[in-house]
Amino acid sequence: MLAKRIIPCLDVTEGRVVKGVNFVDLRDAGDPVELAKKYDEQGADELVFLDITASSDKRYILRDWVERTAAQVFIPFTVGGGIKDVETIRDILNAGADKVSINTAAVKNPEFISNSSRIFGSQCIVVAIDARSIVQEQVAVWDGDPSVALTAESRWEVYTHGGRYPTGIDAVKWAGYIEELGAGEILLTSMDHDGTKAGYAVELTKIISDNVNIPVIASGGAGNCDHIVEALQVCEAALLASLLHYGELTIQQIKESCKCSGIEVRY
Amino acid sequence: MEIIIIDYGVGNVRSVQKAFEFLGCEAVITDNIYKIKEASVLVVPGQGAFAGVMRNLTNMGLVPYLKEYLAKKRPFLGICLGFQILFEKSFENGVYDGLGVFPGEVKLFDFSDDVEQKKKLKVPHMGWNKINVVNDSNDFYKGLDGSYVYFVHSYYVDSFDKNIISTTTQYGHSYVSSVQSKNLLATQFHPEKSGLIGIKILDNFIKSITWQG
Repeated sequence: MLAKRIIPCLDVTEGRVVKGVNFVDLRDAGDPVELAKKYDEQGADELVFLDITASSDKRYILRDWVERTAAQVFIPFTVGGGIKDVETIRDILNAGADKVSINTAAVKNPEFISNSSRIFGSQCIVVAIDARSIVQEQVAVWDGDPSVALTAESRWEVYTHGGRYPTGIDAVKWAGYIEELGAGEILLTSMDHDGTKAGYAVELTKIISDNVNIPVIASGGAGNCDHIVEALQVCEAALLASLLHYGELTIQQIKESCKCSGIEVRY
Repeated sequence: MEIIIIDYGVGNVRSVQKAFEFLGCEAVITDNIYKIKEASVLVVPGQGAFAGVMRNLTNMGLVPYLKEYLAKKRPFLGICLGFQILFEKSFENGVYDGLGVFPGEVKLFDFSDDVEQKKKLKVPHMGWNKINVVNDSNDFYKGLDGSYVYFVHSYYVDSFDKNIISTTTQYGHSYVSSVQSKNLLATQFHPEKSGLIGIKILDNFIKSITWQG
């Protein structure tokens, strides 16, 4: 059986991991390579790096740490964060990353998904969806393909720029749409749940996962092992950040819980 | 010992190189036909589509050479598409001939008839799955029966040649996840992305070559 995946997510800026990651026996807790190795040793199935570097030499900084990571870490890893052109994807993949994650650029220009998956293969194109429940009247109007626009029945909307801007796109329809364009995987973050530690958006995740034939990674809201088990009952992988970084849970503990609940994990 | 990784212009071949370097080997990525023909160990990594890989190898003028090299079971590692091209033909976006070193066909995972399976089994088969080692006395997989390795593929090899099958994997049904014949090892999974288990398999591969001379 294919195992469900536990994926730590690390935020990187200027080639350093930000947000407190506290492993006791690390000489340098800010080095992406050392942290990646640590999570690899602990049983992470994959890694996601979100690069939030704003400076103009982002490209070179990115290349450097991705290359160093690829030389030391032999599990798959994804790099995302502000990727908007094919050249950057090529750079990142050539440096040794396995996948890239695109988000805002996919909304601005859906053809970017089809172009990049045609060039590099859909297995390395992850499309990130930041979704939020619709609670008030619609403010954004989507002027792209009308088939994904919000309707009266829509319940979740796609946001961009780290959850700041509404797009007028129905999140469930968007998931099916990007699959057709060639996305190889969906990284689904619920902005309603992110940071709450009250559990993943299980309903939304299930609807989207049932609706597409590509793997879905749930993100946002994990507070304990039960939450992770709930998410993995409806999708293929769970993304984790602070719970792991601050040492509240270890990958080992999570996998033990999964195993006890009858969820197949790599152990 | 220098390992030559054939660069046929598709995808990321760097991770394979890095995994060999990690094991202390010299690994060179090249599309230089002379270098490839002088190699004592050849690696064909795999990404992209079957037809594209075969076309690129054909354009490089490598197909006859590879067929001869492989028929002698000289040291060779094929990964993912580098595994699939060893068989007779593939049905990926059409029907294409492979190198035909082994009998078998490359087919799409199709769970569309099975409503229950379809909900659970997505395509591509992406992530960690187990290898069941068919032959216990296998040098490449000693002690690794039931280990998890990393897969990314939508097409699988359908082959009944029991003599070459070294591992099988379960995804909807059991299929061939690697084959071997003397110094030739080819895997559907990515050893270079399978953590310590994968590194162990690569190490076993290198050691078996040294041992067999």
